[in-house]
Amino acid sequence: MSETRYTYPAMALHWLMAVLLIGLFGLGLYMSDLPLSPDKLKLYSWHKWAGVSAFLLVLLRLAWRVGHPPPALPAVMPRWQKLAAHGVHHLAYLLMVAIPLSGWLMSSAKGFQTVYFGVVPLPDLLSKDKPLGELLESVHGFLNYGLAALVVAHVAAALKHQLLDRDDLLARMLPLRRNR
Amino acid sequence: MKPLRLTLAAILLASGSAQAVEFKQFLAEQSTLQFVSRQMGVPVDGHFRKFAATLAFDPTRPAAATAKLELDLASVDAGSLDADGEVVGKPWFNVKAYPTATFVSSAIRPLGGDQYELTGKLTIKGKTQQVSAPFTFRQAGGNGVFDGTFVLKRLDFALGDGIWSDLSTVANDVQIRFHIVAAAAAGGK
Ligand code: HEM
Ligand code: HEM
Repeated sequence: MSETRYTYPAMALHWLMAVLLIGLFGLGLYMSDLPLSPDKLKLYSWHKWAGVSAFLLVLLRLAWRVGHPPPALPAVMPRWQKLAAHGVHHLAYLLMVAIPLSGWLMSSAKGFQTVYFGVVPLPDLLSKDKPLGELLESVHGFLNYGLAALVVAHVAAALKHQLLDRDDLLARMLPLRRNR
Repeated sequence: MKPLRLTLAAILLASGSAQAVEFKQFLAEQSTLQFVSRQMGVPVDGHFRKFAATLAFDPTRPAAATAKLELDLASVDAGSLDADGEVVGKPWFNVKAYPTATFVSSAIRPLGGDQYELTGKLTIKGKTQQVSAPFTFRQAGGNGVFDGTFVLKRLDFALGDGIWSDLSTVANDVQIRFHIVAAAAAGGK
């Protein structure tokens, strides 16, 4: 019998990152609209630290995935749905890598180095360049809206499977329930 | 006769560089005034675009040297547009009430070699403090080049009142780096 569920580490990383990314998204939107204040500087630092953590987690997640391929989707699932699911998942991974990278590069270009938890300075891969910093800020925002749209589609698909198709696909990603 | 002439020439040459040359003419284009603040533990560079120095420095008579600096605080580049807008405001420089900062030297002391120490009164935002800064002096292309740094405690000058007085976000220590280039006064060498 082939495995029908994701491994526990894959589940743990999926849900941990889901919470982290949604939090980062909200924080990013909130903080960038604040007038400059010490609190804003703190939130920016926290956003950057959490963002770097997300970057490390996605690298770990990809490394795990290479050694532990996801379970095959149910054979009854239409081909287009499988393709769509794989497409969305791959694109999501791409964005989960690209977003923190763009944030890191943006910070360097703006002349605000990223110092992980105030302790570990990340190298500035770009030197200070204001127009480039602004461009990267747009890129960071743009990629984020891309991921947000993708996640909306992703969650809608998960809910559709759960509520309309009732094929219990969600259980593949849930540690608590027996699958069939 | 010949060895004597050579010796004389050598002495003249040696003293040539130490001859009374006074560096007086401030070269704004080549001079810079930078600072590094720490925000959440991260060093952030800034600088001032407009400042003027009035100085007279003769390396053979450093004790007689004087320096005065006038700084247009509104010309600050604090690292980002956001910060530029903030730092000219009331909690920081309050440029409406205090448009300029000044430094007036009271003593310049040789520390040996090309090292000196500059002491004087720094006035920012109506507050005056004694500061001293080590600096090096060298000559390059006929100009005198002065490079020095010192640490300013921003709260000594009430820079960052109110919410900003929290030192865990913006540190009290601000490093100031000056690079002043001055041409020799007319008639020198
Ligand atoms: C996956 C991780 C991340 C997510 C989901 C995320 C999300 C966001 C979002 C939604 C915004 C608001 C964009 C907008 O206003 O249009 C934002 C802004 C920002 N992000 Fe991130 N971010 C992440 C990682 C990072 C990293 C690693 C850094 C830096 C090391 C970073 C630095 C910033 C900065 C500086 C801003 C503010 C830009 C501004 O000044 O408006 N982000 N982020
Ligand atoms: C920021 C939010 C999220 C991101 C970036 C994300 C990303 C991903 C990715 C990349 C996969 C593929 C895993 C792999 O094949 O290695 C996946 C699978 C899955 N996600 Fe999410 N996810 C998010 C939130 C959610 C939420 C809120 C739900 C629940 C409603 C959910 C339900 C699922 C399910 C059920 C799977 C397994 C699909 C399958 O059976 O193959 N995800 N997710």
